[in-house]
Amino acid sequence: MLIPHPLLGLRDAQEFTYLGDAALLNRPDPAAGEAGFADYVYLRDNPAGVHRELWFHEQGDRSWLVVTRNTLTHEILGAELARDVKLGGTA
Amino acid sequence: MGFSGFRVIKEALTGHKGWGPLWRDPAPRAQYDIVIVGGGGHGLATAYFLAKLYGRHRVAVLEKGWLGGGNIGRNTTIIRSNYLLPGNQPFYELSMQHWERQEQDLNFNSMVSQRGIINLIHSDAQRDSFRRRGNSMMLTGAGARLLDRDELRQMVPFLNYDNARFPIKGGLMQTRAGTARHDGVAWGYARAADQMGVDIIQNCEVTGFRIEGGQVRGVETSRGYIGAGKVGVAVAGSSGRVMAMAGLRLPIESHVLQAFVTEGLKPVIPGVITFGAGHFYISQSDKGGLVFGGDIDGYNSYAQRGNLPVIEDVAEGGMALMPMIGRARLLRSWGGLMDMSMDGSPIIDRTPVEGLYFNGGWCYGGFKATPASGHVFAHLLATDTPHDTATAFRLDRFARGHLIDERGAGAQPNLH
Repeated sequence: MLIPHPLLGLRDAQEFTYLGDAALLNRPDPAAGEAGFADYVYLRDNPAGVHRELWFHEQGDRSWLVVTRNTLTHEILGAELARDVKLGGTA
Repeated sequence: MGFSGFRVIKEALTGHKGWGPLWRDPAPRAQYDIVIVGGGGHGLATAYFLAKLYGRHRVAVLEKGWLGGGNIGRNTTIIRSNYLLPGNQPFYELSMQHWERQEQDLNFNSMVSQRGIINLIHSDAQRDSFRRRGNSMMLTGAGARLLDRDELRQMVPFLNYDNARFPIKGGLMQTRAGTARHDGVAWGYARAADQMGVDIIQNCEVTGFRIEGGQVRGVETSRGYIGAGKVGVAVAGSSGRVMAMAGLRLPIESHVLQAFVTEGLKPVIPGVITFGAGHFYISQSDKGGLVFGGDIDGYNSYAQRGNLPVIEDVAEGGMALMPMIGRARLLRSWGGLMDMSMDGSPIIDRTPVEGLYFNGGWCYGGFKATPASGHVFAHLLATDTPHDTATAFRLDRFARGHLIDERGAGAQPNLH
């Protein structure tokens, strides 16, 4: 798989490590309590189809990306810097 | 009609005209006491044990494709009970005991072959940890042998003992472990369940659950609505997809695990050998093919196929461990879908929906668990209480903090 890095162009997925669903960017407020954090840490949507997910460019520029990928075909539909997503730029 | 050596000879002499289908192909009835979603090994075993041990015969198994076309046909056929934690080990030992009498119980040749499994040791610390696991195995009667380097060398002289990074110092062996014929397992359970009145309905995809007032009433399928007193879901690999139709989110991600087989070779590998440090394990099938695999690809996938980097990684692991396989030609590779749970252990439990029961999260350990999974899931469906060996496999254990984390890797499904 080739990931279209927004700054570096197409990069081999081997350069990245995978974390999981991009929803992990949305850490709950401390007031959410144990139930809120149990949901955040353990539960996943796990869709068959389009999935937004976090990849870390470990052997590259060490940026976090939000990659949009189809889990049924492995087709990669786009990639954004997680920083931009988190700061509301393109979320 | 039963299978026997006598009958094989008789059929051979009469042109094999006496064999018939092993199970019926019934149309779904309007209502069942229990509907099992998923006609793989676990679903079929559940139906078999429901009929055999718990006297439930108004049972249907719904399979979206053909019987044995999912993960029961996409694994590396290893059976073992060499776990550490008290939540896991008694369950897998129950499974091992079922394997040992599987063929007699089902009157079907599952080709269970107890050729042993060896986990390789590369350091003193690893030997300590494996000795501890061996003790845990012996506490449940599974048996374990700690092999030193010389003993191991006599058994498997072809390993690369002096690898600079991972020199081989010994191994932990379970002699009762081995392999079984994966298709034979599905067919054997299907035939035995069918003979006790269970309806096995293929090409019948569940498209929704009918839930009224928090109680499940039945399932919508591609062959119409089927009413059910209770519904048991055993669709590991696709659990997230199916349980989402009941409005549940699970502590599970679906990942792809690849496996490989070479051309047929003369007998060379006596049992199962695992090289955990190099992400590689191998056995030899009865046809002679070397069957091997390694890690999951590591990203969410429902594609039933993986990518080349992992193939390269597995091949490198194999060459590091046993350079002699470098000349063997790879015949096929395939990928299966894994329910990777957040602690690497399965879930067999009731759900917040009354009458809906869940069996999944098998990671890549589902095949060996098939008999026990069917047994304890049938127990849960029939009695509404967990089987003694499966009390830890709770759906709510994550929120309660009672994880069964064999690897100690935390909530990182792609590391289990």
